[in-house]
Amino acid sequence: MLFFSYFKELVGKEVTVELKNDLAIRGTLLSVDQYLNIKLENTRVVDQDKYPHMLSVRNCFIRGSVVRYVLLPPDGVDIDILHDATRREARGN
Amino acid sequence: MATEEEIAVKEPLDLIRLSLDERIYVKLRSDRELRGKLHAYDQHLNMILGDVEEVVTSVEIDDETYEEIVRTTRRTIPFLFVRGDGVILVSPPLRTV
Repeated sequence: MLFFSYFKELVGKEVTVELKNDLAIRGTLLSVDQYLNIKLENTRVVDQDKYPHMLSVRNCFIRGSVVRYVLLPPDGVDIDILHDATRREARGN
Repeated sequence: MATEEEIAVKEPLDLIRLSLDERIYVKLRSDRELRGKLHAYDQHLNMILGDVEEVVTSVEIDDETYEEIVRTTRRTIPFLFVRGDGVILVSPPLRTV
């Protein structure tokens, strides 16, 4: 549940989601769920010339399993909070 | 006060816990490698890394000579979430210099 909670904190921030098929989508994080499915709004494809498929798409739902990376804002969340939460999560399992 | 549970290294995930806030090397699927500072991880090996360098390796074959040309593409990402299902291995950084 660690990353689910982390992404909930990031709702409203701008992120770039890179998919396993190399498509990269930049947008504002609207919502996330336990599977780390992602909803983005105000989306733009990063390399629009290479991937013209979604020129007119501004909102999307991304299945969590197709995500490779999420590029996060550097001022996302306090790093110390992440470390503490990770230690707690690791100990609990 | 440190408890025994915090220090004990019982299973492989505990080994990764020792690398928290340290630089690590991650080998991913699709011939990708990451080097960055480990900030968070879970049992799926989802991770958050800071100051990451990604290296993508590709092999081209010359049309005439049929020799293999190995190319690497690098980029740096300040703060990155990595989905665990792409992770192959996690390790302290290898000395390349």
